[in-house]
Amino acid sequence: MTKDTKNPPIDRVDGRMKVTGGAKYFAEFTMPSMTYCVIVSSDIAKGSIASIDTKKAENAPGVVGVFTHQNMPAIPGWDAPAQGNGNGPPPGPPSGGEKYRILHTKEILFDGQPIAMVVADTFERATYAASLVKATYTKQTARTDLTKHLADGVTPKGERAADYVRGTADGYKTAPVTLEANYTIPIEVHNPMEMHGILAHWEGDDKLMIYAKTQGVKATQRAMAQAFKINPDNIRVHTEFMGGGFGMALRTWPQETAVVAISRKIGRPVKLVMTRSQMFTLVGHRPRTVQTINMGADTNGKLVGIAHAATGETASYEDFTEGTVNMTKFMYDCPNVSTRYKIVPLDRGVPIWMRGPGEATGAFALESAMDEMAHKLNLDPIEFRLRNYTETDPEHNRPYSDKNLKEAYQRGADAIGWNKRSNQPSSNRDGEWLIGYGMSSGTFNASRGQATARAILNADGSLTVQCGVTDIGPGSGTAMAMIAHNVLGVPVDKIKVEYGDTSLPNAPMQGGSTITSTVGSAVYDVCTTVKNTLADMATKSGSPLANSKANDLTLADGMLYLEADRSKKVAVADLMRSNNLPAIDKTQQSKGGSEGEKYSMYSFSVHFVQVRVHPVTGVVRVSKAVSVADSGRIVSPNTAASQMIGGVAGGIGMALTEEAVIDHRFGRYINNNLADYHVATSADVPHTETIVIDKPDPYINPMGAKGMGEIALIGFAAAVSNAVFNATGQRIRDLPITPDKVMQKLV
Amino acid sequence: MTDKQHPDESADNSGASRRDFLKQSSIMAAFAMTPPAAVTAVEKGLHETIATRFEQMSLRVTINGTAQQLNIEPRVTLLDLLREQLNLTGTKKGCDHGQCGACTVHVDGTRVNACLTLAMTTEGCKVTTIEGLADGDRLHPMQEAFIKHDGFQCGYCTPGQIMSAVACIREGHADNPDEIREYMSGNICRCGAYSNIVDAIMDVKQGGQKV
Repeated sequence: MTKDTKNPPIDRVDGRMKVTGGAKYFAEFTMPSMTYCVIVSSDIAKGSIASIDTKKAENAPGVVGVFTHQNMPAIPGWDAPAQGNGNGPPPGPPSGGEKYRILHTKEILFDGQPIAMVVADTFERATYAASLVKATYTKQTARTDLTKHLADGVTPKGERAADYVRGTADGYKTAPVTLEANYTIPIEVHNPMEMHGILAHWEGDDKLMIYAKTQGVKATQRAMAQAFKINPDNIRVHTEFMGGGFGMALRTWPQETAVVAISRKIGRPVKLVMTRSQMFTLVGHRPRTVQTINMGADTNGKLVGIAHAATGETASYEDFTEGTVNMTKFMYDCPNVSTRYKIVPLDRGVPIWMRGPGEATGAFALESAMDEMAHKLNLDPIEFRLRNYTETDPEHNRPYSDKNLKEAYQRGADAIGWNKRSNQPSSNRDGEWLIGYGMSSGTFNASRGQATARAILNADGSLTVQCGVTDIGPGSGTAMAMIAHNVLGVPVDKIKVEYGDTSLPNAPMQGGSTITSTVGSAVYDVCTTVKNTLADMATKSGSPLANSKANDLTLADGMLYLEADRSKKVAVADLMRSNNLPAIDKTQQSKGGSEGEKYSMYSFSVHFVQVRVHPVTGVVRVSKAVSVADSGRIVSPNTAASQMIGGVAGGIGMALTEEAVIDHRFGRYINNNLADYHVATSADVPHTETIVIDKPDPYINPMGAKGMGEIALIGFAAAVSNAVFNATGQRIRDLPITPDKVMQKLV
Repeated sequence: MTDKQHPDESADNSGASRRDFLKQSSIMAAFAMTPPAAVTAVEKGLHETIATRFEQMSLRVTINGTAQQLNIEPRVTLLDLLREQLNLTGTKKGCDHGQCGACTVHVDGTRVNACLTLAMTTEGCKVTTIEGLADGDRLHPMQEAFIKHDGFQCGYCTPGQIMSAVACIREGHADNPDEIREYMSGNICRCGAYSNIVDAIMDVKQGGQKV
C-alpha cells in the first residue's frame, strides 16, 4: 500500500485540459443574456462620499444598472443580526467580525473600496460607463503606514494569538552571546494570474448558480446561503479550474456577494472580472509586519533564550491574524522562549493569508537570526541548528509524529555544494561577482480534517472518484487518482476524478496544506470500502476465492488475487456480474482521530541557495536553489516537486523583488500592476533542484502524507538573505533585498 | 482634517458627446432614408440599436484556420474578441495591460499580447490561439512537453506560456536555458513553474521536432 512503497510520478490528471485551452475557469462560462459588471473604486483611502453622479453612466449605451450605496439591493443575511453580531457579517475568516459592507454607506474605509458597480450588456460598454461615474469626497487623513503606528498595536483576541512564555521571558539576556535584530517585510500581494470575480445567475427565486474563483466551493455556497437566506442545497457553486489563489480566495469577498445581489435585482446573469489594480485592494494581501528577535546562546552554541515580537497590520474594520511567531515556539531546543504578536488597525483593505502565511513572515526573522547568531558564534549555520535540534516538541512537550530534518540538512547541503561555502563572509568571488551560500529551515503544521468522498467502481473496470474540493493548482486531483489507484489497483488512466462542484461530497477549503491529508484520506477510506465490498463477495461460499480472508486479497489490473497464491483469482468484472451489480457506489465520511493530541505533526523544509551579488550595481541573483521537503510519503511526485519549485519562485520574489508600495500622503498604492510590482519571472529563477525525504508519517493518515504547499515557501527568503550576508558580509533585514539597499551597505 | 475634492465638472463630457454625436448622426442618417421609421425607433428607444450598428465595423480575420467575417466595435481588443465573442477562452486575461503574457497568441506567426492588440488591427491576418495549436487530437510537441515536465500548476498562464514557447523556438531564441529564461520572461507564472517550463522547451528544442 502507499505507506510502504514510494509512488511513481504520474502526469497531472488535468494536464491535457490545461495545455489545450480546454480547462474552463469561472469567467469562461457564458449564459444567455449575460451582463458584465465593472467596479468603480474610491479615489480616496479615508473619508466619505460627498456626492456621486451616475446619470451619464446610466444613460450610456447598453447599461442595465448602476449601483451605489444609494440604490444597492439589500443583502438579507447582512441586514439581520447573524452569529450574535449585530453587524450581520458574511462568514469571514476565524478572525471574523466584519463591519464593512459593500455599497452600504457613504463611508470610505480604504483605498479602492467600491463606490459603484456598473452593469452593461458588454464588457466594453460596462467599462466605458464606469468611467462616467463621478464622485466627490470629504477626505480625511488616512492612517496607512504601519511603522508610524506601531504603538497602536493590540493583542488580538483568542488563545492562539496570546503572549507565550516558556521558562523566563527574557532569559536570553543571561547568555554570554546575545543578538537583537529587527526584521521587516513589506506588503505583498498574492497576484494569482487569474483575475478575481464571479459569474452568478438566479435560475429561480431561490435557486442560484455560481461560477466562482474560490478555494472552497462549499464555503462559497455556505456564505451565499447565509447572505441571501436560502437553502444551501439551492445554490450550486462550480470551480473546477482556478487560476491560482495562494490564499486570496479563502473567503467570499463582499464584491462577490454584491454581484449575486445585483444579479437577483436585474434578473440576469452578471459576470464580474476585476482589474489587476483591484486585485491589490479588494482581495487581501500579506500584511506588512515588523519583527524583533532577541536571542541568546552560550559559547558552545546552545540556545539560552529567544524572544520574538511581531506586529502586523490589519484593517480598521476587521481583525486579521496569522501565525507569525508560531515557529519560534517549537523549532529549537531552547529553555527560555517568549513570543508576542500584535496587530495595528489601519485604513487599509483587510489582509488575508498568503502562501506560507504568517509562518513565512516569522521564519524570515527566526531563520535570519539563527544565521546571525551562528556567525557570532563562528559556527556553520547547519551545525548551530544541529546543536539545538529537538526530537520532541518543546512547546507541547510531546514527540513529533515524524521528523527527518537532519537528513534533510545533509541531503540539501550535499546538493548545493555547501562544502564550497566559507564561514567567512565576502571571501568567495567569481570575477566581479561575490558568491554566497545560505540556508534556512521551514515548518508548518500538518493536520487531517474531515471530508467525504464517493467512489464508483464500474463493471468495465473504470473508477470515478468524487469530492467537492477545489484544486487551485497543487494537483489535488492527481493525488486523489494516485491514492485510488493504490487502493483499488485501477490503472490511473481508467480513473476519472471529479472535483470543484458543490454537487459533489463535502470537503474543506483548499488551504493550509491540508488537502492531500484530508481529502486523500477520504478517498483512501472510501476506496477501501469498495475493496472490502469486493472481497466480501469474492470470499463468500461458491465464489472463486471462497474461504479466503479479505485481508489476504490483492487488487490489481481489474483482478482480485489471493496474495499468497496468485493463481487463485477472480476478475472484478465477473464478480460484479455474478452479483448483478452494474457498479459499486460508495460514499464515506472520513476524519482523523486523536493522533493530533499524542503527537505534534509538522512538515519540514530546508532551503539552500547560492547567490551572486554584484558589488557595484547591488544586483542579487539567485544562481542555484535546492529545496528539501520532509513532508511524509509523497503521493504524487511530479506535482509535489512542482509545488516545491513554485515555492522557490515565490521565495525569490519575496526575498528580492516583491513590495507593494503605498504613497502614505494619499494612502494609495503606486505600483498596483504587474509591471511595477515585481513577481519573479523566468529570468529571475535558476534551475531548481528538489529533494523529498519521502518517508511516511506513521500517524497522520493512512497514506503517511503531510502538506507541501506552505513549507515550499516558508523560510526561503531567509536563505537568500543569509546567502547575501555570506557573499557580502552585510545583513539586510528589510525585505525585499533590492539593489539600492545592497549598494547602500556596500559603499 | 477634512477637505473637499471636486472633479472638473466641465471637462469630462467628451465621452458623452461622442456618444450623442454618434446617436444623432445615426438617427439623422436614418431620417434621410426612412424618416417615419427612425422617429418610431427613437420613440421606442431603438436608437440604441441603430447607434450600435453604426459603431460596428467589419473585420475579416482567419482564426485557427477558419476565415471569420465579423462586425465588432473598434475598441474591442483581440483578447476580448476571442474570449467574449468567439468563445475561444483558452487565451487568458491576466492583466489586460501587456504585463503578464497570459494572452499570448500568434498573429501572422509572431507572438503578441492579445490584450494590447485592437482586434481591428488584425484585418486580413492569420491568428493562432492555443485552441489551434494541436493537430486534431494529436497534441503539439510543446503541449506534450508541458505535460511531461509538469510545466504548470493552476494552468492559467499555460496557454500563453505554450504559445510563447513555440514562438521562442521558431525565433531561434531557445538555444540554451539562459536564453530561454530571458526570452520567456514576458510570460509570468505565479505558481512558479519556470524551472519545468525551461525543461519542457529545452526538451522540444533538443528533440528536433517541427514546431
